[in-house]
Amino acid sequence: MLNDNRIRIITGHYGSGKTEFAVNYAVKLNKEKENVALVDLDVVNPYFRSREKSNDLSKLGIKVIGSSIKGMGADVPAIAGEVLGPIQDESFETILDVGGDPIGARALGRYNKYFKDGKYDMLFVINANRPETQTVDKAIEYLKNIELQARAKVTGLVNNTHLLKSTTKEEILKGQKIVKEVSKKLNLPIRYVVALEDVAKELPKDIEGEIFPIKMYMREDWMY
Amino acid sequence: MAKVLMKGNEAIGAAAIKAGCHYFFGYPITPQNEIPEYMSRELPKVDGVFLQAESEVAAINMVYGAAGAGARVMTSSSSPGIALKQEGISYIAGAELPCVIVNIVRGGPGLGGIQPAQSDYYQATRGGGNGDYRHIVYAPSTLQETVDLVMESFDVAEQYRIPVMVVGDGMIGQMMEPVEFKKPKERPLAEKTWATTGTKGKRKPNIINSLFIDPQELEDHVHKLERKHEEIKKNETRFEEYNVEDADVVCVAYGTTSRIVKNAIKKCEEDGLKVGLIRPITLWPFPESAFDKITDKTKGLLAVEMSTGQMIDDVKIAIKGKKPVYFHGRTGGMVPNPTDIENEIRKIAGGEK
Repeated sequence: MLNDNRIRIITGHYGSGKTEFAVNYAVKLNKEKENVALVDLDVVNPYFRSREKSNDLSKLGIKVIGSSIKGMGADVPAIAGEVLGPIQDESFETILDVGGDPIGARALGRYNKYFKDGKYDMLFVINANRPETQTVDKAIEYLKNIELQARAKVTGLVNNTHLLKSTTKEEILKGQKIVKEVSKKLNLPIRYVVALEDVAKELPKDIEGEIFPIKMYMREDWMY
Repeated sequence: MAKVLMKGNEAIGAAAIKAGCHYFFGYPITPQNEIPEYMSRELPKVDGVFLQAESEVAAINMVYGAAGAGARVMTSSSSPGIALKQEGISYIAGAELPCVIVNIVRGGPGLGGIQPAQSDYYQATRGGGNGDYRHIVYAPSTLQETVDLVMESFDVAEQYRIPVMVVGDGMIGQMMEPVEFKKPKERPLAEKTWATTGTKGKRKPNIINSLFIDPQELEDHVHKLERKHEEIKKNETRFEEYNVEDADVVCVAYGTTSRIVKNAIKKCEEDGLKVGLIRPITLWPFPESAFDKITDKTKGLLAVEMSTGQMIDDVKIAIKGKKPVYFHGRTGGMVPNPTDIENEIRKIAGGEK
């Protein structure tokens, strides 16, 4: 994680778990580095956006930037001007949580000139249990379309194959197979393999990519 | 079939198509937009028709037409959009046509907000349309149940020739959960001899209509509908119950709220309280018989809703004045939290209320 470039862009098919990954990433990075900013660029989803957790994250010292419109009930694609701050200011360690699908990635286009090779990483999150990214070809098609809209290249893959709390090691390994194929075909590294803390312990240590144990911040306790 | 992870709205679309629904007419509104989005992408693949109408009023009348022609058809919207569809729903009920209507409820009144709510209970169970009509209302609490009920809704609608509404609060539409698609149980579905499919010169034209010029004919028609409603009450009422007998307190909640209540109940049980739950799965017909199990030991009932208490009337009717009915709710898009519910339960159990 410390080897990732200063600007980390999290993209993927909607529902792949980008936001959960982004929030966990921010919390972890915040333990290692100063000045962590999480930018919520989601203009697709009306619910479960990282800005909903801005109070908790702010307490940890993470700067969260959401919509310029106050109130959770806005389904207006309004992005705050202050988003530019942590993108331009090199003293920030910046995470961009982007809305799902090519449509969500369109919001990135406006910041394109800041995404210079070696200065940013764009991670593509894959959940092989999502119907639209269950096969290698479909996942690649999504990835390509997102690159097109974002006008930036993906630099790494994240295997986030899960079925929420009922995720088993086998589910993750099944996803890993697909992510590996995508990795080979596109010559992109698998950067992270995401798993709930308990399941993460069971994963083979030599798995390709860094094992990334997470907590579920976005899902309320009562949802189980 | 293996489970896939889906967003509620997508899963509703997928379930409908799996149930043979090839026609969808709607108009976008948050928080249900992923349904039309999904249908617009997937229906052409099965030679179906997705049409974004110019308004909700137009959409429901397209449903009326398609249902009249015997098609499996669905529309979806969210609260204010469903309000606009009420006239059409009354016509469809009057003309005895099957269709499925999905309401992913948001806060109201008026445009309200986009966060989850259950404040369309009156609208769904009493109806905003005119006349002596009813329609079935399902209120699932998980995405698996949503998928199952959507699939079954088409069969139920055809069996009774009646509109079926599936009501989910915004959470049901927006949350993600693993689902699988299973065929619903077989039902006796008659051939649609009433549908306007063309006479081919071999029969008299079928007429789809809700207009009756002769009052006696209309009364007879309404009585026929009423007999059908009684039949539905008898056969299709559904609920889940948990520890109702001899409970200190019995909670009544549906949809995602019932899941929050279950968490509160667990906490109370840790301290030795016995707390029951009645979860209506059909809001109409309301599961009145579930309340017969409540005994003298119970101190009171607690209705929990994401509204200011629209279900209370039905709970009071069902308990027949034998027990006090209390209420806890959040509204406007706010979601109740388990601790507040737990406190309410404790107050009733401890005689504070």
